[in-house]
Amino acid sequence: MVSHPPVDNQELYRQMLRIRRFEEQVLDSYSRGIFYGTTHTYIGQEADAVGVLTCLNEGDIVVSNHRCHGHFLAYGGSMHTLAAELMGRETGVTGGRGGSQHVMWKDFYASGILGGTIPLAVGMAYAEKAHRRGRIVFAFLGDGTLGEGVVYESLNMASLWRLPVLFILENNRYAQTTSIQINLAGGISERFNAFAIPTDEAETVDVLEIYSIARFAVASVRAGEGPRALVLHTYRYAPHSKGDDTRDPQEVTRYRKRDPLPFHAKRLTSDIRQQIDSEVETEVAEAFRQAQADPLADPATLTPPVDIS
Amino acid sequence: MTTVLDALNNALYTCLTECEQVYFLGEDILDPYGGAFKVSRGLSTAFPDRVVATPVSEAGIVGLGVGMALRGLRVVIEIMFGDFIALAADQLINHAAKFRWISGNIARVPLVVRTPMGGRRGYGPTHSQTLDKHFLGVPGLRVVAVSALDDPAGLLRKAVLEDDDPVLFIEHKLLYQSPVIPIGGSAEFSIQRIGDRYPAYFLTVTGAPPPSLTITTYGYMAELARQAVKRLAFEHEVFAELVVLTEISPLDLDPLVESLTRTGRLLVIEEGSRAFGWGAEVVSQMVEAYGPGLRARRLAALDMPIPAAGPLEAAVLPDESDIVKAAMAMMA
Repeated sequence: MVSHPPVDNQELYRQMLRIRRFEEQVLDSYSRGIFYGTTHTYIGQEADAVGVLTCLNEGDIVVSNHRCHGHFLAYGGSMHTLAAELMGRETGVTGGRGGSQHVMWKDFYASGILGGTIPLAVGMAYAEKAHRRGRIVFAFLGDGTLGEGVVYESLNMASLWRLPVLFILENNRYAQTTSIQINLAGGISERFNAFAIPTDEAETVDVLEIYSIARFAVASVRAGEGPRALVLHTYRYAPHSKGDDTRDPQEVTRYRKRDPLPFHAKRLTSDIRQQIDSEVETEVAEAFRQAQADPLADPATLTPPVDIS
Repeated sequence: MTTVLDALNNALYTCLTECEQVYFLGEDILDPYGGAFKVSRGLSTAFPDRVVATPVSEAGIVGLGVGMALRGLRVVIEIMFGDFIALAADQLINHAAKFRWISGNIARVPLVVRTPMGGRRGYGPTHSQTLDKHFLGVPGLRVVAVSALDDPAGLLRKAVLEDDDPVLFIEHKLLYQSPVIPIGGSAEFSIQRIGDRYPAYFLTVTGAPPPSLTITTYGYMAELARQAVKRLAFEHEVFAELVVLTEISPLDLDPLVESLTRTGRLLVIEEGSRAFGWGAEVVSQMVEAYGPGLRARRLAALDMPIPAAGPLEAAVLPDESDIVKAAMAMMA
């Protein structure tokens, strides 16, 4: 089993703030017309990605979804290449081919098809078990994805073959604009339990609490004890995408009072906090400035995917 | 006599023997059953760790295969009936076909999804279809169809061991019991191979005069077309060149263009339903490539589901006589 260094509260705060400020800048940039396409921001859910991916080892795999910016930054992805991807620049993570929802870098894979990524994650875990390199798969999915049948096919196989995969279900309570109250029957943990996948559940904005739960689950998966699931009840403060928020504003305000960033920031001195705030502000500004100065993706680089033999 | 089934079974055995990264997954593929059509017989006994029986989850297992392939394994998946491939369409179109391209050629998806298509066995509307056309023209997905010609084992072996892109590998059910016809192994036909990995073949009746019609097809229809080409020669003195393709998407036009310079007439045959099919695309591309003056015609199944009863099924699917009739209509 791999041991983790003592938790670094400053680093947890910095990582959450990097996501928060990046995403706020993203939404702001759309209104200024410097982005192309769409986005799904992670504002409000930062403690999930940062708490869980603090347990990541070199070579571990992350499978993400349409709402992937937070996962990508917590994975160690660069703000500059992500901003450039959103701006359609040749320096983007995939040179402008994938855009916001299809970020691929090192062992990080994201796709915009809900649920379709879950058998991929299970297949990757199958391969890693065969390779015996000790790598595990972190597979993120949301409450909306529980409507996709292939998820259950995948949970069945993951459990059947005791594969090294951790499912992280972020329940932000809305599938786009539709509340789970009108699209989800039964419990969420019960779904995993039905496949004999041990599941931990947390209703918290505390990154330390999420980290400690994840650390235990990751150790178990890494030890070859089969898949596990984390069900994290969370909330997104921004719209599903850009202008499509039909939620009760009072509800959003209520959840905003339990913001994971100020919650964790209380553990830092105000000097340290201000220093991190200032450093992240500089990082975001520099990433966006650099991306905007980069050349647009060049159509001359487009190649057909498979060649005729 | 080697059948196409023997050849495909041998190919899988060879792949599993030659490369430890090869995994073979599917429903009901374990011995003693050995798969619904027996292509997998013996494999689970020889390679118990790398031949994996799966749940009945076509979408899940194709997705699983994509994930395995992205992480360094070479994966073969058997889908029991071609009709069930519709359940895995999302995985093939939205996932398998995308990753290499999105990643800028860094990721690889060496995945072969094998499946038996086709009718003429009375299995009815959901176990007899030729759904190939729904997967043609998907950027990033190759569609290969085995025929009885030359080296079916080599075709599958190359798809599994030498192709880093996802391949939908189509096996017509009636081919399984057909004998393999090696090049030079037929007294009736002169057979010429074009290309290497997924070849095309030119067939003409031995000793026939120069052809005046090009007939192109793939898979089991090539068997019916061979019989039709013989009848055309011996009963009607119409001499056709049969061009059998193995890579049906994307399409390499060169063999067809070459044949059309000899004939100027093209008959395209498929077992799938006619509307918006492979034939429509072949004719369109050939019109563009060949220019004005091309005479072209399609022969395909009727645009309706495949009935179960023998006479009804036969009425819907194109047969040898239909090929002869379509060819004669073009020569009139």
